[in-house]
Order: sequence, then structure tokens, then C-alpha cells
Amino acid sequence: MSTLQRDPSDQVQILDDEGNVLEGATVPDLDDETLVSMYQNMTLARRFDQRAVSLQRQGRMGTYPPLSGQEGAQIGSVMALEDEDWMFPSYREHGAALIRGLPLKQTLLYWMGHEDGNKPPEDVNIFTASVPIATQVLHATGAAWASKLKGENKAFICYFGDGATSEGDFHEGLNFAGVFDTPNIFFCNNNQWAISVPRERQTAAKTIAQKAVAYGFEGVQVDGMDPLAVYKVTKDAVDKAKDPQGELRPTLIEAVQYRFGAHTTADDPTVYRDDDEVEHWKKKDPIPRLEKYLRGEGLLDDERVDAIEQEIEDDVAEAIAAAEAVPRPSPDEIFAHVFEEMPARVRAQWEDFEQLREMYGDDKLLEE
Amino acid sequence: MSDTQNLTLVQAVRDGLKGEMERDDDVIVMGEDVGKNGGVFRATQGLWDEFGDDRVIDTPLAESGIVGSAIGMAAYGMKPVPEIQFLGFIYPAFDQIVSHAARLRTRSRGRYTCPLVVRAPYGGGIRAPEHHSESKEAFFAHEPGLKVVVPSTPYDTKGLLASAIRDPDPVIFLEPKLIYRAFREEVPNETYTVPLGKAATRREGTDVSVFTWGAMTRPTLEAADELSEEGIDVEVIDLRTLSPLDDEAILESFKKTGRAAVVHEAPLSGGLGGEIAATIQEEALMYQEAPVKRITGFDTPFPLYALENYYLPQVARIKEGIKEAYEF
Repeated sequence: MSTLQRDPSDQVQILDDEGNVLEGATVPDLDDETLVSMYQNMTLARRFDQRAVSLQRQGRMGTYPPLSGQEGAQIGSVMALEDEDWMFPSYREHGAALIRGLPLKQTLLYWMGHEDGNKPPEDVNIFTASVPIATQVLHATGAAWASKLKGENKAFICYFGDGATSEGDFHEGLNFAGVFDTPNIFFCNNNQWAISVPRERQTAAKTIAQKAVAYGFEGVQVDGMDPLAVYKVTKDAVDKAKDPQGELRPTLIEAVQYRFGAHTTADDPTVYRDDDEVEHWKKKDPIPRLEKYLRGEGLLDDERVDAIEQEIEDDVAEAIAAAEAVPRPSPDEIFAHVFEEMPARVRAQWEDFEQLREMYGDDKLLEE
Repeated sequence: MSDTQNLTLVQAVRDGLKGEMERDDDVIVMGEDVGKNGGVFRATQGLWDEFGDDRVIDTPLAESGIVGSAIGMAAYGMKPVPEIQFLGFIYPAFDQIVSHAARLRTRSRGRYTCPLVVRAPYGGGIRAPEHHSESKEAFFAHEPGLKVVVPSTPYDTKGLLASAIRDPDPVIFLEPKLIYRAFREEVPNETYTVPLGKAATRREGTDVSVFTWGAMTRPTLEAADELSEEGIDVEVIDLRTLSPLDDEAILESFKKTGRAAVVHEAPLSGGLGGEIAATIQEEALMYQEAPVKRITGFDTPFPLYALENYYLPQVARIKEGIKEAYEF
């Protein structure tokens, strides 16, 4: 039975905080290798995140939005997609983007200030990261709508935070999706805080999931720090998007979770939240939960965990080295890609600037 | 059957849309009341009957929703032509236009593009309520990544609209609603294009160059005709595309006359008149015989209709402005 047909406040959970399967819960039917890769992907996302924050602190990277705590929601959901499906991210979905096929090196490059980092590989169905809040909800709706008009059968997942549910574009996007019955999965990473403003200040509604009712389709709340539950719910939503069986195609998923760190490296969360609160949520950390479950199933042991950690350490180090080896892009990149054909004025500005560069050299020109 | 039809400007919009929709199945029209009702100005009349629900789409009443979902459609390979009912209602969609439509190609380094055309009737003079008469082309012309097009004749409307729809980049297509039905012109039945980025010389002259667009073109031509009786030979250039501007046409005309005026109904400050004057200063100072005169709307909100004809540059005001440039 679909996990979607329930009261929006009836949170879907499969693992308890300790990693035990809850009574009556059914673990999704995934093969052993996939279950271990889920753990590996989450661990990789965590380690990448820790290193990225550290790079920013060392001045080797610009402002960066950390994801730690949200691995269960990101990896669990994105693993429920098929290759032909599409993902529309916000700016925090580095883990999900990686699994979709955006290399870590590119995520690093983007936050190191290189535009090229935001260009997904040609054969990878991921949209560019959207920084304004909730705007991508409409892009996902429009793309899903176009796909439906073209007679395709693909699902479109769109990620956003709890703060985004206060924006007009969230409501307009869900409203359009309901009216035009588009194959969307609206995935709210409710991490409790929109920078410093708590979830209770975003909405008086008891849940975010229940907002789906107003748009005529199903909304479901899931424990976002339980990757198995997230996988199950997302898989059901993907299946329904492709084969609605009497329901409307879109689904709103509220994944309840916590951002362990700051909103971005420019933010200090100690100003607005207590250590107790952080500790409370750390007990729900998705990584040890899944690890405990997999150990219990005999799929992980100390040796395997060590091997995974070593592999991850190497992968992340390699991505950082590769990103840092990329030279500063040429200023040509500022002028490229504004239009398909460069207008005369832009060309004139570019040529004037190139002349200055030749006269002075970059070192002199960039002197502060 | 004749090869042309005698069309008004708004009929040319409809004819242009129809031609492009027949030509390319990916072209779709969407917006508020564009379907069965045929648009509040009838710019999409009959298209719903001909192309059906999937290509002429009545959307919920939500400007950001219309443009934002059109961006997703455009990125996914369609050619949406969203209509915003009045330019004065475009502000909820402004974020989507400037933050996303204009930047998608840049942000994705060319992986994704946004070939949509946002149509909006704009400008004053039709006794419309508050928020229905604004002329805010400068907002969009200021944004890199957008093209801004304003036709002033039925022939140009059909051809420029076809170019806009076939253009690989986002275009803001502003329709001067004051002249939607003011006159007719023979328009070919076949589809054709009028290139974006190219101005049109509406009247040749040797004494003063006057740059204008949209609904202001006609009173400017009238003023020019009256001035010719006073011995002042005015050249009138209809810019047609406001971004990218046809600098070549502007400078060529100015170098011939050495004097210039700009006529637009948008407010003076920060308007495109300033941009044109600065371009002349930077590129043709040595040809300049007089300051560039701007004849524009005022730096005030557009008034309710009892006063709108004071706000809009009329023939007398345009004539006086041109004379100032001429007599300096």
C-alpha cells in the first residue's frame, strides 16, 4: 500500500532513533548492495560537508551552505528516482546532486566562485541550483508540465526548505501543479530554521504536509532523518507521478529533519538556538541510525565501515585537489553565455576590457 | 484570396501568434483569460478554438506562476508565450524574469536556455484604471540577458513577434495598447520576420534626429510634419528594440543632424532617453551641436485618466522639445 494515503501529521518512520525497525514497519525492498550504497552516499555527503566548511574557514572557498543532518532526506529521496527523472535543487542539495551525477569537484568549484561548477553534465537530469527562495518550485512545475504535454512519463522532484513554504512561488507552483496535474514531487527539507527564524514563524499550520490538501493532492510527513522512510515515501510519490491511479500526480513531502550546522558559513546559529536543541536532534542522526540497522542485518562490520571511510576520504581529497587545481577562469567567461549571440555593446565592453588587460596585465589590473 | 490583410496592431499580434503556432508545435500561449475569452484585448482571439487546451492555456491568476512555470517549460524545450494582462501587473513576475529567465543561460553556462516571450500590453492613453498605464521598459532594458521589443505598426508587430518567438533568448514584448486599434496596415498572410535589434527610419530629415518607440511614434511623426511646415526637417527613428539598442542607427542619424531629441512616455529619470543621450555623448560628441532634449512622462506615478493626456507627451509638447534642440 502507498505510504501517501494517511493523515499529514501521521509521520512515516521505519527506523527508530536507535536504528531499530519499528514494529509494523516494512523496510523497502532494496538489494543489499543498494542499502550499503545508501549508507556510503550519506557518509560521503557528511564528509564532503565537513571538509567544505573547513575549506571556507581556511579561506580556500567562499561562503558555503552546510548540509550535515540532512543526508537522510537528500540521499534517501534522490535514490528513489530513475535516470530519466529530473531534480530541481535549492542551494543545499550537494549530496542529492552528487548522486544525480554532479561531481563533487563541480559543487566545490561553484562555491569557489567558478560559474562552470553550476553546469550539469549534458546527460544528467539535474537543473541548476536556485538561490532565490522557492522560485525553483515553478520551474519544476513548468518542466513537469512540458514533459506531460510531450507525452513523456517522468517524475520531477523539487527541493526547498521550510522557509520557502512562506513564499508566493511555493503556493503558485503547487497550485499550478494541482490544476494541470503535473508529475511533480515537492520535497520540503523542513530543517526547522530559515536562517534564524523557526518553523513556527513560517506557518501556523500544524504540518507543512497538510498544505497539499489546499491544492487538491496528497501531502505526507516523513522522518527526514530516516533514510529508509524517506526512500519509501519518495518512491511511492515517483510511482504515483508516473501512474496516478485515480489520484492527482503531484505529492508534497515534508521531511522533518534538522540542520546541525549554520545556514551558511556566514551565519552563527548559537545566536538563535540552544545547544540542547542541537543535541536533541543529533540523537536522530541519520548516519548512525542506518549504520546500526545495516550492522544488524550483517551488511556492515568494522572492516567494511573502515574501508568505506577510507574510500570516502580519498574521493573527497581528490575532488578538492581537482577543484583547487582549476585556474581562475578567464574574464571572457563574464561575457560568454549572456545571449546566444553576443550583442554589439557587450562585445565592445569585452574588447575594451581585453585591451586594458593587455596594457596592464592581470596582476596590476586586479590590484586592490 | 489576397496575399495580405488589412490589420490593426492587435490583430497583427494574433496573426503573428497563429502563424508561429502553425509553424512550430512547441509554441504555446498561456496566461489569464487567453483561452476561450481570447484575451482581454482579444490578442489571442480564436486561437483556443484552433489549437485547443494544450496550446492555448488559461492559467490560474498568478503572474509569477505564469512566468515561472513558463521558464520551466522553456528550459524543457518548449516555446511558451506567456501573456501578462497589463505591464502594470508584471511586478509579481519580476523576480522570475530578472532572477531566472535572464540568467538561466549564464548560470548553466549554456546547458539550459530560456526561449520564452513575455507579452504585455503597456502604456497610457486608454482611460484605464490605476496600474493599467505604466511604461516600465527601462526595468527590463537594464537587465542583462533580456531583449526588449516594442512594435509601433501592425506590419512590424507580426514580424517582430515572429523573430521574438524564434529567438533563442528571453524577450519582453511590449505592445503599445493605445494604438492596438488606432489604424490598419496591409500585413502579409505568410509568416515573415522583422529583425530584432534594428531601428526603422520612419521619416528622413536633416535638421534634428528624434528617437522614439511604441505609441509615441505617431505623435512624433505628426510633430515632425508640422515642424517641416516651419522649415525644420526632422528625422524620426523608431527604435523598435530597446535592448539591445541599435547604436549604429542612433549614431548614424545623429552624425547627420548633430541634434537630437528622445520621446518616450516613461518617466524622465532613469529612462532610456538618458541612455540614448549618454551614448551620443560618448560616441559622437564632436558632431554635437546641442544638448539632447528628452520629452517624456513626468517623474510621478501615472495619473488617473482625467489627467493622463497631460502626462503623455502630446504633439505640442513634442514640437516644443524638438524646437529646443533645433534652436539651441
